[in-house]
Amino acid sequence: MIIGLLKIIVFPGFIFLTVYGLLFEYLDRKVHARLQNRMGPPWYQPLADFLKLIGKETIIPADANKTIFQILPVVSLAAVAAAFVYVPVFGKASIASFQGDLIVVLYFLSIPTMCLFLAGWYSRSVYSTLGSVRTLTQMFAYEVPLFMALLAPALIAKTWSITGMTAFYAEHPLYILINIPAFIVALIAGQGKLERVPFDTPEAETEIVAGPLVEYSGRLLALFRVAIDCELVMVASLVSAIFLPFMTGHAVLDFILYLVKTVAVLLFLALMRSVMARLRVEQMVNFCWRYLTPIAILQIIINLLVRGGLGL
Amino acid sequence: MSEYNRVVIPIGPQHPSLKEPGCFTVTLEGEKIVDVVLGIGYNHRGIEKACESRNYTQIIYLLERVCGICSHSHTTVFCQGVEELAGVEIPRRAAYIRVIVAELERLHSHLLWLGVAAHEIGFDTMFMYAWRDREAVLDILAAVGGNRVNYGINTIGGVRRDIDDSLRQDIVKMLDALADQVKYYQELALTETTLAARLAGIGKLSGEDALKYGAVGPVIRAAGIDFDIRAVDPYAAYGEIPFKVITDTHADVFGRTVVRILEMLESIEIIRFCLKNMPDGDIVTKAPRRIPAGEVISRVEAPRGEDTHYIRSNGTERPDRVRVRAPSEANWHAMRHMLLGQYLADAPITIAAIDPCFSCTDRAIVVNSGRETEVMDWPQLRQYSIDWYKKRGIDVAAIKMPERRMYF
Repeated sequence: MIIGLLKIIVFPGFIFLTVYGLLFEYLDRKVHARLQNRMGPPWYQPLADFLKLIGKETIIPADANKTIFQILPVVSLAAVAAAFVYVPVFGKASIASFQGDLIVVLYFLSIPTMCLFLAGWYSRSVYSTLGSVRTLTQMFAYEVPLFMALLAPALIAKTWSITGMTAFYAEHPLYILINIPAFIVALIAGQGKLERVPFDTPEAETEIVAGPLVEYSGRLLALFRVAIDCELVMVASLVSAIFLPFMTGHAVLDFILYLVKTVAVLLFLALMRSVMARLRVEQMVNFCWRYLTPIAILQIIINLLVRGGLGL
Repeated sequence: MSEYNRVVIPIGPQHPSLKEPGCFTVTLEGEKIVDVVLGIGYNHRGIEKACESRNYTQIIYLLERVCGICSHSHTTVFCQGVEELAGVEIPRRAAYIRVIVAELERLHSHLLWLGVAAHEIGFDTMFMYAWRDREAVLDILAAVGGNRVNYGINTIGGVRRDIDDSLRQDIVKMLDALADQVKYYQELALTETTLAARLAGIGKLSGEDALKYGAVGPVIRAAGIDFDIRAVDPYAAYGEIPFKVITDTHADVFGRTVVRILEMLESIEIIRFCLKNMPDGDIVTKAPRRIPAGEVISRVEAPRGEDTHYIRSNGTERPDRVRVRAPSEANWHAMRHMLLGQYLADAPITIAAIDPCFSCTDRAIVVNSGRETEVMDWPQLRQYSIDWYKKRGIDVAAIKMPERRMYF
């Protein structure tokens, strides 16, 4: 019981997640900066930013709904932390798992996006309202291909649990090759989920200042920032657990492998962010429905055929 | 959609996409722009009026600071006008140096624009690259004039600093490196898909409309009209230099990008030609302190387009009137036309595509509200303010100020 709680709260649960999230933000910024021929921040910069924000005054707009305005960052962080419980980090198994936890995790991951939407909506500012509308529009575009891309590998693994899928693919590593299209779709849709360039229309700085978070400040903004960092870790972990399930069987070695895999995913996401311009919201929706969704559907059909053909 | 669905969004006066204060009140239906009100006047500095109380040499220093980017253009156009009034012919070497500095300025201005434009569409990597390369140009300008943006090269009757052999070699070396980079940007702009997706078809301004609104510079050249003061009214040494006027037929932001990038390559060629063919001799001739009475309109091609100054002299050391018409002011009028019917997401890049310079453009605006107005002198104004406070229960005369120590 106590060990279980410690696992959830300290390692590999919440505290590990936040620390790794801040580290991820540093890596992301550093790589982004180096690709841009800049120096980039020192390693403690995300922590310093976080501490600074915590010390700042929190201003809540007079028109905003106070309770919801304050509760949203917490809900958003809690949802990501809850989702992280079901992803294998240390060793083969996650902290908790059951049949169907993949679906639960996907829905947990939708909560931060919904929180962002509500945050913008309840801020009662034109910029944030516009940002929220864009957040929601974008969500309808990437959510479908992302879900399908993550569910397609489950068809071959014949399990809806992330731990189960990881174990299956670790035993049959060659099946991963079938899932390569879904892997690419998941990475691109994941970039959309994380609202990073080229899909950062909701917070497009040069158009609507900061989008949904424009009215947030101080502690609440710090929490939102941490939630976004944790979401980055979460997406990288989920993608690497499903599409890169290479295992040694030794817990510590697997943990190191986990770090390597997630950092590799992050590097790809950072590269994508550095080499592209921001798309318009309708270009983004077009792109998702015209290219990502058909590829994801194709992947599902392929996986069904493979499953039938191999008599799995 | 009905009027009910309209949202009014202020872009400015303080906004991350604007580097200077200006206000664009945008009315949206969904994401589409249906109305725009342009507001300027946040940055008025009264330079034209200040010119009237300074002598011609002092004015050069003032006009150099009209714009942070085209500082050389403003002094060139002013000196040119005054030289014409005074009947002074500048030495040929001075004319070549003016051209070299003007083209270096065009390089750094276009690189700056490229960076800003990339940032407006969220392409920060290109922003950083363009500004990194701009540093090399700024270093050369600092070596030529001693300053990064206000080089202080021009004076009435010529230029103040010479370009010697070692500096010439430095410039050639910098240009070789820069030419490769600019070619890379050219390739990038033409092939990178997200870039083309964001720039093509945005901010359309046909040649006909460009003429109607009086657009200048890269904006009109991107619409296929080869209007370039360097070619149509050659000044300084441009008459002796072979160069192409870059035009494009896209008539949109993409076209303006292409024009600016190709113009950079052309500028590099012009500087190379000037450095090779620069004649020897003096760099300045003596100009009179008092300029004969008369009036003149002088114009040059600044990086952003045609820059015009009107100077009226009354035969004394000070001008009667100096009127500055910066290129941004000419491009301003087409802005509403370019913005209408666009997506909000394209508004920042459309605004940025004319390379707006708010401080050059700003005028004093008289708001005629229909109320009675009167002119007060200083004591009347003082009395008015005392009465104004008294009416609100504050007796200014009764406020005791702490005793101040005098330092002089």
